Amino acid sequence: MSASRPPAPGAGQPPTHSEPVAGWCAREVEEELPGLRLLSSDVEVARSGSLTGTAPPDIKARLRELSSRFRGARAVGLRREPVPAAYRVFFRHIGLDPDVVRTPIEDAVLERMLRGGFLSGGLLDDVLLIALLDTAVPVWALDAESLDGPLGIRPSRDGERLGRSPQAAPLPAGRLVVADASSALAILFGELGAEHRPASRSRRLALFSVQVPGVPTLYVEEAMWSCRLALGRP
Amino acid sequence: MTNREQAVIDSGAPALRGIAGRPADGRRPGAPPVEDREQVGERAARGSLRAQITRLEREQSAIVAETFPHIAAPRPAGPAPSGPCLPSLEELERSRDRLAGRVQELRGLASDRAEHERRARQQLERMKLEPGRYKFVRLPVSDLGQGGCGVWEVRPRLGLIGMLAGWWQVKLSSGCPLPRGRRPRRGPFPQT
Repeated sequence: MSASRPPAPGAGQPPTHSEPVAGWCAREVEEELPGLRLLSSDVEVARSGSLTGTAPPDIKARLRELSSRFRGARAVGLRREPVPAAYRVFFRHIGLDPDVVRTPIEDAVLERMLRGGFLSGGLLDDVLLIALLDTAVPVWALDAESLDGPLGIRPSRDGERLGRSPQAAPLPAGRLVVADASSALAILFGELGAEHRPASRSRRLALFSVQVPGVPTLYVEEAMWSCRLALGRP
Repeated sequence: MTNREQAVIDSGAPALRGIAGRPADGRRPGAPPVEDREQVGERAARGSLRAQITRLEREQSAIVAETFPHIAAPRPAGPAPSGPCLPSLEELERSRDRLAGRVQELRGLASDRAEHERRARQQLERMKLEPGRYKFVRLPVSDLGQGGCGVWEVRPRLGLIGMLAGWWQVKLSSGCPLPRGRRPRRGPFPQT
């Protein structure tokens, strides 16, 4: 891999505000995929209870409401809507076939069709799902305590693992990953490293989202704002 | 000049570059090196392929969305993608070609479907004009590109009388069956 842009000074320190900040991007990624941006934001969880436990009634009610909004006709027409279409196109640009590896919004809506509704998967999963359904922009969460500096996108290095643990799964070289200053934390649009996933009692989360060409910044910010609002509410 | 003498001149060429102020490959001062130009050219080619992929993907999505449920989304053939990466020029070309093939196939199916619907509409027009020539012919509305379960059918007016008198009409059935299934036939109350 050629030189990635080094993390900004002050890496490892928590941000002083929770507004979404643009992450770094490796030079070759920036040159090859102009318009790709990672936005991240820290959030303090004010809700009581476990992040993976039962979602509160207001979140469940919102999921039920969204279940009745997404029906078959919408599911079929989704791929022509601007934001989902932008993610489909971007998947092709990074070597993924969106008819095999579905985009997050199409995957969620297909699950809705198969299961008959958006089923609750715990507080954090539900909050992220609601943001996705509202904006078609995916948001992921990492345990902020496990991070080392700001997040960014780069290709994985030879022999690198997904996470800092020696037991973590090895990554093939050149895989696009979301990383901090010291290691790969998640595959882009894919799984998160096991030790960086928020635990049930995590109180500080690092939310991140991936903006691709054709997706207005407003949508990404709204998705993250929606998550911050839902988690930050006591 | 011998080969050996030529080799000595070649090996000294980089050193001469600074003296003469002109690169050994003959390019003008200030022009980017050949490798850089190749990289830039290759990147531009990849950009062009990505633009083609964008256009093909949009076209495929439009065909699938407009013709659903008559034409299903194509099932991708070949190996499953391994993961997100920065594809090389060759990989992008392969991806573009696969997508172009799929879009071509979908265009053919969409064209066949449009022709099928056109013929069905003509058939319905003929049925309405001369119902007596199309006795008991049924034409589902799905063949006309419409949703629902309705069926156009040529039926006799007033049943047997219409059949004997040659009174035929085109009727549209009432639509999809209820999810409860057929209404039970009239008969004695079930013994409990």
